[in-house]
Amino acid sequence: MSAGHRRLDIEESGDVTIAKFVDKKILDEGNIQIIGNQLFSLVEDDARTKIILDFSNVEYLSSAALGKLITMDKKVKAAKGKLRLCTVRPDIYEVFAITKLNKLFDMRDNLEQALEGM
Amino acid sequence: MSSTEEFDVTIPSDTAKGREVQEQIVGGMESRGYSPRDVFGVRLALEEALVNAIKHGNKMDPDKVVNVKWEIDEEHVRVVIEDQGDGFLVKDVPDPTDEENLDKPGGRGIMLMRSFMSVVEYNESGNRLTLEKRTDDPDDDD
Repeated sequence: MSAGHRRLDIEESGDVTIAKFVDKKILDEGNIQIIGNQLFSLVEDDARTKIILDFSNVEYLSSAALGKLITMDKKVKAAKGKLRLCTVRPDIYEVFAITKLNKLFDMRDNLEQALEGM
Repeated sequence: MSSTEEFDVTIPSDTAKGREVQEQIVGGMESRGYSPRDVFGVRLALEEALVNAIKHGNKMDPDKVVNVKWEIDEEHVRVVIEDQGDGFLVKDVPDPTDEENLDKPGGRGIMLMRSFMSVVEYNESGNRLTLEKRTDDPDDDD
């Protein structure tokens, strides 16, 4: 697998960065590593501080992927930025709810709501 | 009446091989008409369980293997996953939903398995895990 292969589609809306996961399944260790690095790079290399993660393509994700999201959340908070998650389908939302991560993350129903007041 | 099918597969400590077994089991559920919700939960639990066995149990040691046995019919799927690692004590795994652990990146796999499966049982030494999903599981809607 190429380390440079993009796992996120990046779009800009004003000063907000929208990162959309390309994969349906965020399970594979190598893939999760790449996704993590691409996410962290948004904050660390590009100094983006308003970030929305769009989950509309995502049908499965594992606890290893949750770990990367938690680390991402810490990095954004450390940079005094805002991170929001949106368009998380009900099955996946349940994974966040079971692990109580719906309390840690700012989760919105759709992209419009995520952009509001960002 | 449905007939129960049994399988017994041994794989190397390779998560890609683990995923192949996962696909076999989930494929068996889909062909037997399990609900998408049950399939989602079992797939997620198997992912966590197999990654745990390969990474934390066998520590990716290429000389160690993971044995996966399963039986499946229209009413239940029961999977026994055994690694060749030293095992662990389930009670030593911290609760990831405790306030002080909430922002820690690890420790959520077992919790997700417990939530999505009807039965999650480790043997005493912690290297053999039994997972079972029953279609009549009353916890289904929580």
